[in-house]
Amino acid sequence: MKPSIAIPRITFWRGVFGLIVAAGLVATWVRFTRGLGASTNLSDRFPWGLWIGFDVLCGVGLAAGGFAITAMVHIFHIERYQPILRPTILTAFLGYLLVIMALLFDLGRPYRIWHPLVMRNPHSVMFEVAWCVMLYTTVLALEFSPIVFEKLRLQRPRRILRTISVPLVIVGVLLSTLHQSSLGSLFLIMPQKLHPLWYTPMLPVFFFISALGVGFAMVIFESYLSGKAFGKQLELPLLSHLASVVAVVQLVALVWRLEDLAFRGAWEHLGAQTLPAATFAAEMIVGALVPIVLFAVPRWRQNPNTLFLGAASVVSGFVLNRLNVGITGLELGTGQRYFPSWMEVAVTMSIVAIGFALFGVACRILPIFESPKVQIRRLRRTRLAPAPAPPVSAQA
Amino acid sequence: MTAALLIDTTRCIGCNACADACKEANHLPGEVETTLTARTWTVVEAKGDVYVRRMCMHCEEPTCASVCPVGALHKTAEGPVAYEESRCIGCRYCMVACPFGVPKYEWDKTLPRVQKCIGCIGRLRAGQSTACATACPTGATTFGEREELLAEARRRIRESPDSYVHRIYGEREVGGTHVLMLAAVPFEQLGFPVDLPERAMPSYTWEALSKIPNVVSVGGVGLLGIWWIIHRRMQLERSEEVDVDAGPHLAQVTSRDGGRS
Repeated sequence: MKPSIAIPRITFWRGVFGLIVAAGLVATWVRFTRGLGASTNLSDRFPWGLWIGFDVLCGVGLAAGGFAITAMVHIFHIERYQPILRPTILTAFLGYLLVIMALLFDLGRPYRIWHPLVMRNPHSVMFEVAWCVMLYTTVLALEFSPIVFEKLRLQRPRRILRTISVPLVIVGVLLSTLHQSSLGSLFLIMPQKLHPLWYTPMLPVFFFISALGVGFAMVIFESYLSGKAFGKQLELPLLSHLASVVAVVQLVALVWRLEDLAFRGAWEHLGAQTLPAATFAAEMIVGALVPIVLFAVPRWRQNPNTLFLGAASVVSGFVLNRLNVGITGLELGTGQRYFPSWMEVAVTMSIVAIGFALFGVACRILPIFESPKVQIRRLRRTRLAPAPAPPVSAQA
Repeated sequence: MTAALLIDTTRCIGCNACADACKEANHLPGEVETTLTARTWTVVEAKGDVYVRRMCMHCEEPTCASVCPVGALHKTAEGPVAYEESRCIGCRYCMVACPFGVPKYEWDKTLPRVQKCIGCIGRLRAGQSTACATACPTGATTFGEREELLAEARRRIRESPDSYVHRIYGEREVGGTHVLMLAAVPFEQLGFPVDLPERAMPSYTWEALSKIPNVVSVGGVGLLGIWWIIHRRMQLERSEEVDVDAGPHLAQVTSRDGGRS
C-alpha cells in the first residue's frame, strides 16, 4: 500500500463529491455571513432541525462502533475482532470530529463552544453531553494516535499509550455509555411536546441500546464499502458473527420498545392508520424486523450482499428513529411544521461526503487495515497454536 | 420577597400599554408585533372577545434555566428568570424545552441572542415594579408578592364566582409560576397549554442525570473486573500452552497434527 497522491482522476463519485461540497460551501458562506435565519428553515416555533436531528443525534450514534468494538477487543479480549478495530476507531474518530463541525454550524455563537468547560450547570443534560463528547473525542484521538505513530515509526509514544490502553478504553466506554444515553435524556424534559409513541422515561436506555446495535451494524456497512473501494477481502466469518450479535441487540430493542408502549398504554396510537403510526411502524420494520430476519438465517448473514443489506437496514432504521425523536415526533406533538432548507441539506451532505473522503484518505496514507503488529500477532498465534506446523510432523 | 404578576384577563381592555412600556423600558426596537418575538417580550392577543397577555411565566423552577448548559438563563433571587447574554452559546435548548414556548431567537442576526421577558430585573433591583404593571391603566396586571397575589386571586374568584373559571393558571403548573392568570373562559381557549404536569419539569431530567454517579462507579468497577478476570484466565491458559509445548504432551499434539495433514 504505497501512498498515491497523484492528481485525482475525475470519476463519477468524485464528481458527485465535488458538487455536494460546492453547494455546501455556498451554504456555509450564507450561514456565517447572514445567520441562521437566512440559511435554515428553523424558527421560533421549531428551533432544532436537521443539523441536530441528523448531524448530531445520528452522527454520534453511527460512531458508536468505536467504543463497542474496543470494549470487545480490549476488555472482553475477543481478539478475533482485532482486524476491524482500526477502521472502527477511525470511523468513530472522524464521526465525532464531524459532529463537532456540525455543531459549529448549528450553534448561534459557535466561537463560544468552549463555554461549557468553564461555565457549569450540572442540571443540564446538554452540559453533560458537551463534557462527555469533548472527553470522548480526546479518548478517540489517543486511541487513534498509535496508528499515526506507527506510520511515523515513533516507538516511545506508542509504548506509553499501550501502558494506559486498558484504563483509556474503560474511560471511553463509560463516557460513551453516558452521552449515547444522554442524547435521549435531552428529550425527557418535554413530555408534553414529544409524541407519545416516542416519549418515554426509557429514552436514555433506548438511545444506548440502539447506538450499540447501529455501532456494530456500521462496522459491517463500512467494511463492505471499503472492501469494494479498496479491493479488500471481506472478513466474512467475523462480520457474520457480528451480524448475529446485531440480531440479538435489535431483538432486545424491539421487544423492549413494544413492551414499553404497552406499559405506558400508548398502543392506541399504533392502531389508527395515521402518520405517527406509519412512521413508528417503518422504524420497527426497517430497523428491527428486516435485519433480525436477515441476520438470523445463517445462509443470509454469510452472504456479503444480504449481510450488507441487513446492516444498511439497521442504519436506516436508526436514522429514522433519531429523526423521529428529534424532528417528526416534535412536529407531531406540537403541531408545528418543519422541512430543512436546501442549505441545511447541503451542509449535512457535505459533512457526510467529507467523512467518506477523509476515511478514504486515511486508509490510503495510514496503516488502517492490516498493521504489522496484527500480522505479527497472528503469526505468533499460528506458531503457538499447533495447527499448521509441517516441520514438526516431519520430525515425527 | 419574590416578585410576581397577577394578570386578570377580565380587566384587560387590550390597550397594549403594557407592551409599549415593555418596549421602552427594555429598549426593544420596532413596533409591538402580533405574537412574542425576540423584539416583543409581551403582547396582548385577542382570543374572541377576551384579551390575553403573553409573556414569560417566570417559573419557580424554570425549565429553560435547568436545560441551559452554561447557565446563561437563571432564576434570580428576586423572582424573574434573567438572561446573561455573554454566556449564551446559542444551542437553543431553552427554546425547545420551555413548556410555554417563550424564549425567542434573533434569527436574522449573525450573532443572535435568546430573547424573552426578564421581569424588569433591573427595575426590581432599583426598588421599582415592572414596567408593564406600572403602565397598566385598568389594574389588569398587578405587581406584588406571589403569596399575596395568590390570595388576591382567590379572593376575586370567591367574591365574583360567576366572572371567573375557578382556576388560577400558574398556581400549580410545572411547579408554579410567578405570573398568575385569571380568566372568564377555560384557559385552553386562550391558547395556554392545560395538560402540563404539576411537577417541575427539571425533575424529569434529574431522574436520569442523578443515576450518572452509579453508572460510572458500577460500570467502571465492572469493566475493570471483567478485563482482569479474562486477562488472568488467558495468562493461565498461555502458561499451560507453554507447558504443553515443552512437556510430554508434545507427542499428542504432533500426532493430532499428523492426522490432519
